[in-house]
Amino acid sequence: MTTTRPRTEPVEPRRPGQARQVTTDSGRVVRISGPVVSATDLPHTRLFDVVRVGIEQLLGEVIKLDGDLVVMQVFEDTTGLQVGDPVVATGEPLYAELGPGLLGGILDGTQRPLTNLSTDGNLYIARGADPPRLDRDQRWDFRPVVEVGDRVGPGDLLGSVPEGRAVEHRILVPTGITGVVTAVHPGPATVVDPVVDIDGHPVAMMRRWPLRLARPVANRLPLTVPLITGQRVLDLLFPVARGGSAIIPGGFGTGKTVLEQALAKFSNADVVVYVGCGERGNELTEVLEEFPGVTDPRTGAPLMERTVLIANTSNMPVAAREASIYSGITIAEYYRDQGYDVAMMADSTSRWGEALREVSSRLEEMPAEDGYPAYLATRLAGFYERAGAVQCLGTPERTGSVTIVGAVSPAGGDFSEPITQNSLRLAGCFWALDTALSRQRHFPAVNWLRSFSQYGLDAWFDREIGPDWSPLRRWAAAALQDEGALQEVVSLLGVEALAAEQRITLRIGQALREDLLQQSSFDDLDASCPPQRLLAMLRVVHEAGAAMRSALQQGVAITDITAASVLAELGRMRRWPPDDIDDSAIHLTRRIAEEMSSL
Amino acid sequence: MTTTGARVPFTVGHRTVTRVAGPLIIVDGMDGVGYGELVEIETGDGPVREGQVLELDRSLAVVQVFGGTAGIGRRETSVLTRGRAARTGVGTDYFGRVLDGAGRPRDNGPQPVPDDYRHVNGLPLNPITRAHPDQFIETGVSAIDGLTTLVRGQKLPIFSGAGLPANSLAARIAAQARVPGDDGEVVVIFAAMGVTRREAEFFRTEFLTGGAAARSVLLLNLADDPTIERLLTPRVALTMAEYLAFEQHRHVLVVMTDMTAYCEALREISAAREEMPGRRGYPGYMYTDLASLYERAGRVRGGAGSLTQLMILTMPDDDITHPIPDLTGYITEGQIVLSRELDRQGIQPPIDVLPSLSRLMNAGIGVGKTRDDHRGLADQLYACYARGREVRRLMSIVGESGLPTEDRCYLAFAAAFERTYLGQGPARRTLTETLDVGWQLLAPFPAAELKRVSAEQLAHYHHEASVTATDA
Ligand SMILES: Nc1ncnc2c1ncn2[C@@H]1O[C@H](COP(=O)(O)OP(=O)(O)OP(=O)(O)O)[C@@H](O)[C@H]1O
Ligand SMILES: [Mg+2]
Repeated sequence: MTTTRPRTEPVEPRRPGQARQVTTDSGRVVRISGPVVSATDLPHTRLFDVVRVGIEQLLGEVIKLDGDLVVMQVFEDTTGLQVGDPVVATGEPLYAELGPGLLGGILDGTQRPLTNLSTDGNLYIARGADPPRLDRDQRWDFRPVVEVGDRVGPGDLLGSVPEGRAVEHRILVPTGITGVVTAVHPGPATVVDPVVDIDGHPVAMMRRWPLRLARPVANRLPLTVPLITGQRVLDLLFPVARGGSAIIPGGFGTGKTVLEQALAKFSNADVVVYVGCGERGNELTEVLEEFPGVTDPRTGAPLMERTVLIANTSNMPVAAREASIYSGITIAEYYRDQGYDVAMMADSTSRWGEALREVSSRLEEMPAEDGYPAYLATRLAGFYERAGAVQCLGTPERTGSVTIVGAVSPAGGDFSEPITQNSLRLAGCFWALDTALSRQRHFPAVNWLRSFSQYGLDAWFDREIGPDWSPLRRWAAAALQDEGALQEVVSLLGVEALAAEQRITLRIGQALREDLLQQSSFDDLDASCPPQRLLAMLRVVHEAGAAMRSALQQGVAITDITAASVLAELGRMRRWPPDDIDDSAIHLTRRIAEEMSSL
Repeated sequence: MTTTGARVPFTVGHRTVTRVAGPLIIVDGMDGVGYGELVEIETGDGPVREGQVLELDRSLAVVQVFGGTAGIGRRETSVLTRGRAARTGVGTDYFGRVLDGAGRPRDNGPQPVPDDYRHVNGLPLNPITRAHPDQFIETGVSAIDGLTTLVRGQKLPIFSGAGLPANSLAARIAAQARVPGDDGEVVVIFAAMGVTRREAEFFRTEFLTGGAAARSVLLLNLADDPTIERLLTPRVALTMAEYLAFEQHRHVLVVMTDMTAYCEALREISAAREEMPGRRGYPGYMYTDLASLYERAGRVRGGAGSLTQLMILTMPDDDITHPIPDLTGYITEGQIVLSRELDRQGIQPPIDVLPSLSRLMNAGIGVGKTRDDHRGLADQLYACYARGREVRRLMSIVGESGLPTEDRCYLAFAAAFERTYLGQGPARRTLTETLDVGWQLLAPFPAAELKRVSAEQLAHYHHEASVTATDA
């Protein structure tokens, strides 16, 4: 074994084309305003360099340079900091540490493992702690796939380690390295031990990557495959593509978090990165308590083993909330590069925007709309554009994707505010949650008239699920639209004002809403619905509509048709036993047809 | 919990006040003071006031003065630093006492002897040390116990309107709250901000007379007390509560009223600092500020105690989209909404159950916690009442005679539900009584109409009435 320190990410430049020598500066605090601190005497410091502030060495980042003045945002509470306190610049930007050990973890916004922040029975998050982001002691069984003499380049697979039961963690050649494998060290190793030597230089498993920089890929791919969410309203009417992005705007209590958590549990992603950004501590506790006990049916492993949790709750420092989104997306890209389909949930992107706003206002920048900085749109774009389906760098050939699902919490539930509007332009899916629907306890409270999906995924569903998927999907969307228009008439004139034919439309709309779109996340059997089951249910509703219309043609009174007791059976479709769906569907369709014709 | 690291604290320093503006003073020569620290302001005459450092810029410090800035001049004023952030004493010696908004006795009693001192801002609870709240609290109020169940460690606000009886509802909950099968007493810490003398008297009688005194603390910041002191009141209360809940393993209920007064103080400071105003003049960081209070509710792993918060806020103009209820709703775990219409009809407590919600209800109810039918019954009552209200709205358009019989049944249900279930008056109901009243109200409906409850529960609890609903 060589004695040189193994390279974790030795030649990935800190910024593209700008490798430089690291100089550390030390200066003095001159101004403190909440999380924004200014210092002088830091001549070599550059934008986005990491700083250590004060006696407690609080973690911070340079956000503005103004003459001699270096302005920083500090990721920890600045109480007690004094003018004249020391500031040390590290000469490096904020890095994520990437490698085995991320899955199953819970991290703060700057990727500090929360388990290391409260030791010795301390309940609270102590300040100034700087534990390694990745565990340095744990050993992983490295299984190489390269041999001495192989020529390798960026992104090539070197080997893998089993990271839990769900995911095989693939170790790739770091960006910027091309050469010949000169040694291979199989077997247990920590993330910083050398596992392969390339041209005589040891390479370890851990990579470091600047949070704010997107990781490189070989190619971007068109988005043609859906991320199956298990939520009927989404998969049927507003599907999101793997590699696409969706936003969930909604007032308080409309179900953003429940939906984000349902997606984290049931969507068919390989890896889930869940970022609790400026929201409740209890919601993360809930995930922490629940996920280890839930088995992922696709892998047989606990859900937690495919999940990375990032928690910067509303009472944790604001600047770290801003960083949490970047920590999340960087980790997501890292698993994407290994060839996985990753879903990233961000609850809530509004809190991230507000963190930007708070820091901006302390910088006394000229605000644009609603006090948000003028660069809000650029920052949002920079985030959502990191979603995508890609051809990964290196061999063997593989594809991966990052899908982003961002919750938005508009002030007063009013979607005209800047975060909703700017995100709307970037995201391919708009899943608008509606306060009125949630008051009616119609969950998920996705407003089917207001929401949209821009991804053309019909071809995939028709091919993989059933050829009648897209015609039925169009039928359902139109029926809901018609029902909506008729409801307006009813609320003014009463149902008697409608023609018999229209009352059938109304009844079908009701069945679609109540028996198909509604889906409780707290119902064990129905919390997630596979597309095959969804299609079977949809066919039954469609057939029921046809049976009602033909009964009407036979001269049956409309009130007898809409009140037929067999229609209540539609509400029981969600209780069909999972392995008996086709039979149940055929059986119910037949019963409805029979009862309608015997009226 | 020291925040100043290895620095030696000191208590001297005379500095020049260069500017007095509203609740703020700007002091020159303030080296050696930490951000967020507490300072003392002496004016030669009058009491020593306390202030907190809001911003430091070289030798200048912006200080918010809790006691108000009246009488502070540029000359005869000196500012002393003690090298620490605002603290409060904590411990059981405060029980039965009335304190002012900053935590000092205001009842002429002796100085309490604290167990310890704690910084009032606290520190964020680490999510990994939290335990998810799941223990049912019986409040004796049907609308809450039955439909918006409160659990230990929850934060649940009461959205009220001017003149609605939110304070008496909160006092009632505080007095009656108990956990069935657990005789552990509930400690109540009441933080009143901007209240009138009449209200203060009400709280004093409610909490500090009789048996409750032995387990209550009352913090009073009156309407004519310095507004800025209100920024401290909930923090002092929560600091005392955290100590009792997480270190002494007590069950603590913190009632904070009125959060609207608190937010106004926040706005006042923000305006004085000439910050960019957000919606309706409230500062952009109000969400974070409120969260730093509300998130202090909870339970921790391995600890027997809990910190439950009930906060009352008055919705300006009964507007639920106003920033104060809006931001609160985004942080808390549900809300209880009071209705002016019900209040006018004399229905007490006037809780509008449709917009009310307890997000932690599911975790606290059901078999082994309350009763098997709790969830289903709640959903059914909610659905029937929502339908009844919808019919009532429709009736105002088409007239009662235009309604189908079925609809009339819902109309009658809605009225009966408001009268009996909601309008229980001062009587206390056990959970069993609450559930029974619910089933009685459903009696007029045929079983087939009740789709939210399971067949077994219908068989067990539903006793279809022989009379028709329209007679009810
Ligand atoms: N899919 C669902 N199934 C059943 N109940 C739901 C569903 N979605 C939401 N709810 C109900 O609505 C409540 C509020 O949902 P949630 O916490 O997700 O709201 P939110 O939009 O995240 O609110 P906030 O912005 O305040 O965080 C839940 O506690 C639950 O009672
Ligand atoms: Mg939420």
